[in-house]
Amino acid sequence: MLEAYPQNRLARLLLWSFAALVLAFLMLPTLVVVPISFSASNLLEFPPHAYSLRWYENFFGSPTWMAALRTSLILGTLTVLIAVPFALLACISMNRLGGKTATAIQSVLLTPSITPGILLAIGLFFVLAAQHLVGTLFGVLVGHVVLAIPVACIVLLPALARFDWNQVQAARSLGAGWARAIGGIIVPQLQISLMSATLMTFLTSLDESVISIFIASGRNSTMPKLMFLSLRDQIDPTIAAISTLWTAIVVVVVLIVTLRRKS
Amino acid sequence: MTVIADPSLAADARRERRFFLSLSLPALFIVGLAAILPILWIIRQSFLTTGGEYTVSNYQKVLSSGLTWSALVTTLELSLGTLVACILLGTPLALALASVRPRMANMLMVFVMLPLWTSILVRTYGWLVLLRRDGLINAALTGSGLTAEPLPLVYNFTGTLIGMVHYMLPLFLLPVYAAMRDIDANLIRAAASMGATLRQVVRTVILPLSAGGIFSGSIIVLIYTIGFFITPAVLGGGKVNPLSTRIERTLSTFQDWGSASVLGILLLVVMALIGVMLLAARRLVAMSTVKASHA
Repeated sequence: MLEAYPQNRLARLLLWSFAALVLAFLMLPTLVVVPISFSASNLLEFPPHAYSLRWYENFFGSPTWMAALRTSLILGTLTVLIAVPFALLACISMNRLGGKTATAIQSVLLTPSITPGILLAIGLFFVLAAQHLVGTLFGVLVGHVVLAIPVACIVLLPALARFDWNQVQAARSLGAGWARAIGGIIVPQLQISLMSATLMTFLTSLDESVISIFIASGRNSTMPKLMFLSLRDQIDPTIAAISTLWTAIVVVVVLIVTLRRKS
Repeated sequence: MTVIADPSLAADARRERRFFLSLSLPALFIVGLAAILPILWIIRQSFLTTGGEYTVSNYQKVLSSGLTWSALVTTLELSLGTLVACILLGTPLALALASVRPRMANMLMVFVMLPLWTSILVRTYGWLVLLRRDGLINAALTGSGLTAEPLPLVYNFTGTLIGMVHYMLPLFLLPVYAAMRDIDANLIRAAASMGATLRQVVRTVILPLSAGGIFSGSIIVLIYTIGFFITPAVLGGGKVNPLSTRIERTLSTFQDWGSASVLGILLLVVMALIGVMLLAARRLVAMSTVKASHA
């Protein structure tokens, strides 16, 4: 873009040093956690004097953390299983209806993504409290699904816009029912977008903290809720071990998504 | 548009439309149940006493409390502070990324996407480790002799702001970068060939053409930061109390559902006001660009 200015070396150098500093700022907190997770000491020393896996053992050996991990994985899976099909059907509907109806549906479905999490959380808390459902897995699940639906729609809507609807018409005219047409034609062709939607909705649920903090309790506490509570009370390197594992998962997901874009 | 003359075909078309409408129902139902109903419920709850009778005393109590207004001020300070920092840090970074080849830029974008997808709790923990009194940054500062005493960087406003800027920067950067990538390189070449300096090109070509992206990024920053909870709750150390943490404390510690709801509505009102101001700002910007192009 700036190749018309080859003589402005100094300006470029300044711009790039600044950009490098900002990129370092972005990466720093994620990177600093990794060495601490392998520390042998109770203290948050950097760099650690001795290395060990004790914080990982601490994590995998703790019934509380393991229960939270299980809850989070179950919630993530259920969120994907509900949010992705619901979002796919809604996107087909918006794609076919078009016009004002589609815009209206879309603005309703995107509401959760622009509402502050704290408001969704306390509102949901009141609604669930009236049904005596606070602290249940169901309550948290509903909250996660509602946050995941806009995420899935943002991925699937443009994918459907590229889809050639004539294929469905052809299948329908040859006698395929709607279920067959959607399952046999739309789903296989949107495979890659559906996989992105699955990954992103899973991460949305796994990472969701505010609703979990208000709604989940006891045995149904999620990983983010436990992490939040232990960050508030005392910081021990177990969180560093969890953070490192978490980041490793995210690295894999980000690489999959970026590599897919290249190919 | 085809005209359907046959009534049976018209009925078919109507039936098909109804079928497509019904496909949205599951998603609409769950969003209505778990997002729209809860917001309405907050409004209802704000008019209820603990006993369940209608009252306006919650509003009197919350709006006459100094804590509410200081929470509002803290919320706005955090949001605007984050916005200013994102513009100052993000715009040059976007410019740098847009000025290299797409391949190189994609590689560097990994450094932006990775934090974006990292859990907010992981990132908050990282900042705690870095900013503590005996943390990495203070060790570097005192070790190099830049400061004699460790600086109070966390469990205060500074730490909260750092955490929030770190969270919002990738989200701000994406629309700005996209807008800068879309700028036709010929415009810059044309400006250069007519003798514009680099500074002039940035000021009169690049920044105006990426204003839309900066505007979208700013909206995202404001919408997100107004209700930010995790970062102030952890990095603020109880000393930084925007509306969000006041809501949590009112609900969890004081069990005062009515007052928590009033604070929630205050948050909604602030969001609505910001929305209106942004729309007005966009109209003003659009008008002034029209004037500039006629001048």
